[in-house]
Amino acid sequence: MAKVEKVKTPKPEELSNISYHPPATDWMDTPTEFKPGTYCWGAKEKDLITLGLPNPRQWSPADEDWKVPEGWETTILDGIAERLSKYRSFKVFMDICVRCGACADKCHFYIATGDPKNMPVLRAELLRSVYKKYFTKSGKFLGRLAGARELDMDVLKEWWSYFFQCTECRRCSVFCPYGIDQAEVTIIGRELLNLVGLNIDWISGPAAACYMKGNHLGLEPHAITGNIETMCDDIEEITGIRVNPTFNRKGAEILFVTPSGDFLGEPGIYTCMGYLMLFHELGLDYTWSTYASEGGNFGFFTSNDTAKRLNYKIYAEAKRLGVKYIIGGECGHMWRVLNQYMDTWHGPADFLEVPVSPITGTRFENAKSTKMIHISEFTADLIKHNKLKLDPSRNDHLKVTYHDSCNPSRGMGLLEEPRYIIKSVCNNFYEMPENTIREKTFCCGSGSGLNASENMEQRMRGGFPRANAVRYVQEKHGVNMLANICAVDRAAFPALMDYWCPGVGVTGTTELLANALVMKGEIRRTLDIRLQDLPGKGGNE
Amino acid sequence: MKALLSFLAVIVLILIATLGVDVANLHFLFGIIIPYLAFVMFVGGFVYRVLKWGRSPVPFRIPTTCGQQKSLPWIKQAKIENPTTNLGVVVRMASEIFFFRSLFRNTKTELRVGADGPKLSYGSAKWLWVGSLVFHWSFLIIIVRHLRFFLEPVPYFVQIADSIDGMLQIGLPPIYLTDLFFLLAVTFLFLRRIVIPQVKYISLAADYFPLFMIMSIAISGMLMRYYYRIDIVAVKELALGLVQLHPVIPVGIGAIFYIHLFLICILFAYFPTSKLMHMGGIFLSPTRNMKNNNRMVRHINPWNPELEYHTYEHYEDEFREKMKKAGIPVEKE
Repeated sequence: MAKVEKVKTPKPEELSNISYHPPATDWMDTPTEFKPGTYCWGAKEKDLITLGLPNPRQWSPADEDWKVPEGWETTILDGIAERLSKYRSFKVFMDICVRCGACADKCHFYIATGDPKNMPVLRAELLRSVYKKYFTKSGKFLGRLAGARELDMDVLKEWWSYFFQCTECRRCSVFCPYGIDQAEVTIIGRELLNLVGLNIDWISGPAAACYMKGNHLGLEPHAITGNIETMCDDIEEITGIRVNPTFNRKGAEILFVTPSGDFLGEPGIYTCMGYLMLFHELGLDYTWSTYASEGGNFGFFTSNDTAKRLNYKIYAEAKRLGVKYIIGGECGHMWRVLNQYMDTWHGPADFLEVPVSPITGTRFENAKSTKMIHISEFTADLIKHNKLKLDPSRNDHLKVTYHDSCNPSRGMGLLEEPRYIIKSVCNNFYEMPENTIREKTFCCGSGSGLNASENMEQRMRGGFPRANAVRYVQEKHGVNMLANICAVDRAAFPALMDYWCPGVGVTGTTELLANALVMKGEIRRTLDIRLQDLPGKGGNE
Repeated sequence: MKALLSFLAVIVLILIATLGVDVANLHFLFGIIIPYLAFVMFVGGFVYRVLKWGRSPVPFRIPTTCGQQKSLPWIKQAKIENPTTNLGVVVRMASEIFFFRSLFRNTKTELRVGADGPKLSYGSAKWLWVGSLVFHWSFLIIIVRHLRFFLEPVPYFVQIADSIDGMLQIGLPPIYLTDLFFLLAVTFLFLRRIVIPQVKYISLAADYFPLFMIMSIAISGMLMRYYYRIDIVAVKELALGLVQLHPVIPVGIGAIFYIHLFLICILFAYFPTSKLMHMGGIFLSPTRNMKNNNRMVRHINPWNPELEYHTYEHYEDEFREKMKKAGIPVEKE
């Protein structure tokens, strides 16, 4: 089995040399190129076995033979038929596209590659052409004239390539006059690929780890408590206050669930320290869980069933521990899933109560059924009611801009809450250009499970439009910190910033809050949350 | 090539109608049988398609939110772009259907690579929105105007539409504004398909065909009105006959009328099998026609599957000793 080579990522000058002129050959006649650095490794046998997914085997996308099972065509076509009968979205989206092209230059991957198959319209057409051939009369009789084509191995490989070059960010669906959502098409396309064992390692690995150990990183219970203990040590050094979080504690009022990316690695852990400090300062009666230790859901990038199986733990743990409601940490796709899927999968959550902030008494009517609120909703409410003592000058060395994560923007509408928090805890806040924020925000280029390392070139491309907007405020206002509310952002942005706009750091919103948070009985702060000297605060500058 | 094939297909259709009426004298076929057939295929096909869509459930509530959610009372919700009420959804849908709200957002991305590196910019790009809006509204008004052939007496709103549309009073009969707008818009929509390389690249024969059909229908209609001046009274007799199910073929209607009618019939019959169904589909688009009240009201998935889960008991069984050592409470000691 050929190992995918790890290649050196080209320089920014090379990557930004983009041709938007389509190839001379029709897209149906243009073969898919598998260039090392632009695609991910194939899913591992052991992970598919753990998840009970079809066709576990060792394989590599660099090989000619992908070892798909005999009769795979039937599996895929039956899979399409099944999904047409299950999802109205899929059926309607297959039928009504007029190919106006409004979506084309809205996709970060198209903007950054110029590859027409990265236009959302054509990415959908990759699947639509097969749908037409086998499921519509016009396609059966008119064939190519109607845009129909046969399903063969090259088509399957093309799907794999391009459905794993879409981050399911939904930006195209904002601009589509019919609301056709390429994320929906990609989700279904990936489900179909999973039927014959074609996933990527970076998705099925974390999904399998999450299934068995509770989180994508595969941290076992003692590793989670150990990591958080270390964070508590750091908090003590910064503030002089010992924070004592509890784990798997029955009878707590609130269960807190965050993406496991916050447990390990910078700058995620600083956001996590922020949660610890905030909850301690409030005296919140809450618990962490080592079982439901993942807010994110890489099953969502696999299949509906896998997503549902991973998501199960959150409500199950809330019920076991007997909490009243759940607060969720900063994460992007996590909130798409929690907002648009969890209650449908595993509700009704009648064992929980409508969330009420114990500090302000605010009743979160917007979460009265799901009973789970976003940390930014919770925190914004605290600040509005003056329940936190804040010293924004501690963030004066930062010039901050804010990246709206795709999913909270376009699958929820969480736009003002994080901005309100940032503006309350930072004196220097600058928005990126209007066409690149809020519902029009650009993806980090690494979402939907594509934040591997072997596809670094493609990630740097995908993140180019986002980084370009950051660079705009960097040059104009001297912005040096990119705030966000997403663990994938925190994992993906440092490399992206270093590549396109060196000098810009990455932070979770709660880290900024924690830096400004004046805690009762704290020592005079000379260090920020990263244990670096706070400029102008009497540290050893 | 794709455009050429579609163009040829339309020419062939025009020839069929011309020969059929002028040479073979098949007036009954082209004036009565085909229109009835086309009508049945259109209505039947349209209903079939919509029912087929409707048969598939909407398992998840997946609106694309384009504005601030409803959360805390002091944060202003975008009630239309991120609706939580039926009224909000209705207004959102109406703005899509009548004014093409989402297309209005359109931008054009430009990349400039200068000395200080690459720069992306996003300029306003409203032409597609203007062109589509003019095209669809003109089309609608033209269809409304045509009701005067099918209804007797002619309803007041049709007369109003007619007189406003003809208010320029240029020539005799007066030139309809919508005729001009319509021809301009359809030409624009065609030109952008062949001039913009990316749009040309994604276009199928199935994208050109309806454009050529519509263009030919418009041109044949205008020729009849402004050039050949066909016998309107006879046309109305035929149209009323069709509507009243007493079809008659009046004498003396020129071949140009039958070409016009035949192309319309083909377009109607073709409609339900094609992308033109976006007319019906937009009403059923789940990213636009749903409320974002997911966390307030549970959405039911009729096929929500029963699955196997990795329960807490499994988890504790695997990690009990490690949990105890780390001081994490366990269910079974």
